[in-house]
Amino acid sequence: MKNFLVCLLIAACWGGFAEGVAAATLNSALADLRAVGPEGSGNAIASAAWKEVAGSDAKALPKILSAMDGSNELTLNWLRAAVDAIAGRTLQSGGKLPVAALERFIRDTKHNPRARRLAYELVTRASPESGAKLLAKMLDDPSTELRRDAVQRVMDEAARSSKAGRNADAIGSYESALRSARDVDQIDGIAKELKTLGKPVELPKVFGWLTQWKVIGPFDSTGGAGFEKVYPPEERIDFNAEYDGKSGKVRWQEFAAQGDYGVLDLNKPCGAIKEVAGYAFTEFSSDKARPVELRLGCKNAWKIWLNGKLLFARDEYHRGVEIDQYRLAGELKPGRNTILLKICQNHQTEDWTKEWEFQLRITDALGTPIASAKN
Amino acid sequence: MKTITIGLLLAASLEFAAADWPQFRGPHGNGVSDERNVPAKLDANSIAWAIDLPGRGLSSPIVVGERVFITCSSGPKQDRLHILCLNAKDGSKRWERQFWATGRTMCHEKTSVAAPTPASDGERVFALFSSNDLICLDLDGNLLWLRGLMRDYPNASNSLGMSSSLVTADGAVVAMIENDSESITAGLDARTGVNLWKLNRPKMANWTSPLPITTPGGRTLIGLQSGKGLVAVEPRSGKSAWEYKDGASTIPSSTLSDGVLFVPSHGITALQIQADGSTPKQLWRSGQLRPATSSPVVLNKMVFTLNDAGVLTSGDVASGSRKWQLRLKGPYSATPVGAGVNLYCVNEAGLVQVVDTTQPEGAVVGEINLGQMILSTPSIARGALFIRSDGKLWKLGKS
Repeated sequence: MKNFLVCLLIAACWGGFAEGVAAATLNSALADLRAVGPEGSGNAIASAAWKEVAGSDAKALPKILSAMDGSNELTLNWLRAAVDAIAGRTLQSGGKLPVAALERFIRDTKHNPRARRLAYELVTRASPESGAKLLAKMLDDPSTELRRDAVQRVMDEAARSSKAGRNADAIGSYESALRSARDVDQIDGIAKELKTLGKPVELPKVFGWLTQWKVIGPFDSTGGAGFEKVYPPEERIDFNAEYDGKSGKVRWQEFAAQGDYGVLDLNKPCGAIKEVAGYAFTEFSSDKARPVELRLGCKNAWKIWLNGKLLFARDEYHRGVEIDQYRLAGELKPGRNTILLKICQNHQTEDWTKEWEFQLRITDALGTPIASAKN
Repeated sequence: MKTITIGLLLAASLEFAAADWPQFRGPHGNGVSDERNVPAKLDANSIAWAIDLPGRGLSSPIVVGERVFITCSSGPKQDRLHILCLNAKDGSKRWERQFWATGRTMCHEKTSVAAPTPASDGERVFALFSSNDLICLDLDGNLLWLRGLMRDYPNASNSLGMSSSLVTADGAVVAMIENDSESITAGLDARTGVNLWKLNRPKMANWTSPLPITTPGGRTLIGLQSGKGLVAVEPRSGKSAWEYKDGASTIPSSTLSDGVLFVPSHGITALQIQADGSTPKQLWRSGQLRPATSSPVVLNKMVFTLNDAGVLTSGDVASGSRKWQLRLKGPYSATPVGAGVNLYCVNEAGLVQVVDTTQPEGAVVGEINLGQMILSTPSIARGALFIRSDGKLWKLGKS
């Protein structure tokens, strides 16, 4: 009996030791995956580490998902592929996913939104009912993907109410969905239904377009040279100044973006001529320092400065435009912030190359519009 | 010399079985299969299997042994990237991996984020998306490396979408990321994904694909076509071996057949590839052969071009002079593929038309309507055609 107990103790110790080694190995492999960087750096080490992670038991899924917190987008994909491999292997062999642990992971909104979405997909795969229960409480979730599905659920509910003639219920549900919706197609869809139900939506306010601008132009951009040429507004903003433009003197003038989608058409204040550059300037007041996204849609070549710092420049013309086409990370400072845009028009003369315009809004990472503290 | 040639042939046969289709437009990159047992008489009974796909895509399936690889994109912003491995025999799924796009996914509604066709070197699969995410897996789905090329080169994109497929040769993967802005082509180490070289390329939108060019002397070069012409580079160094500078199309790609390169330039310009890899000699130029979206194909000693409306034009491979024209039911985006004496042409409505090129004026000898919009170039492997739409993948031929 004594010998038997000693054996049990040794086995327990060995089991604990083995588990500790496995955990340390997994930790080390996860660290290797978190170390990948630009231009393939870390790939060679990550390749071996991935096999280690992907070979883990399904019980390790919450830990692997947790490693996504604070990771760069490349690491997210390394980890995601490992999760896919583990889940696929487990389910194929008749095993079970740790649904309860994954549900706890999803409920903790401090985790990476994509990791939570992935966990949700695993839970839904294993237990569709559990997934549906979780979704019912995700209308204001920090994951855009989870929130989208939750919004869709309410939109479907609204559509059913509308079809049954319960218009007040439908309006209530649509308005609730609109408050949470961040995706353009959902916002448009809800606005259309609410308009039909007699409750039109102020779309510019919902999207949060920056509409009040001062503009100046046209400056010369023959042969596309204006994109790189530094005109006076890039050096100093002086609303009283007058400069040599492409077709005479140019001055700053007030101009407002128009329509549901906040488009500022430079052809109107600056003249519809080709091979030109124009500038648009606005101020934005913030009550605190905060990271934001400047979300731009533009089919012309453009540059954008926030508080005098160039955020990005792109010299592509007339290949297409959409809302939030470019998402640019910026940092607002407390008080007055300045935004300067340079928009260039090229030489093309086809009908679809007439546009010389942009639309801009400031949002958080989720796409929630942020309004200027002082309008 | 004979020994070298036999050695090269053996090496090639070891790398891929004859029935494989490891990249865009097949083992030779010219849309022609070496197989002789591909059915010509297509009808409803020709469907060996059809499966639903989890997302959209224009990429062609590739086939390595018993495995079919295909890419898709899904989600409201098409930012979920899928790589699937299926069993060629019955279409069942062996594995699937998903990734999040790290680059912009905006593209024209007629194309897709999963537009570039993946490539395989027989051990690995390389998949590129319009978001410039480049992913390398082994044949069993183990992730070997990945790159977010739009993170590395933030202006390397096209708001209409990117579509250049990948090629692999000499341990390098060549990705053309050519556009109006940060226009580059890179050669990446197939083992690690790290850049072997990177070239600044003409700043103009370009949807053509890199082309493997094997010289009669056995040297492998990669042809990079653009609006400026075509440059042939060494796969591992990116060094230019020769350049054709007289302009070329930015949509249909060149085709190599029997040592002659047919470049979509001023119609078609035929260049004789030199054994030592030096500058090719121009053989002829024909304005009567005008490729549109589809790339030219060479079969049965004829060069074929297919315009968007569906007019198939046959030209003499030696002179470029027009031989005959056949009106197919169009419109067309996909490039025809060939096996034996037959051309397989899939129109945008999903109608597959088989053209017997031995008939005096060409003749349609088989048809099957797949009933969905198809813009993707088919693949041929293991005695069958593999054709995909936005939602389905079909195998036509042997079950």
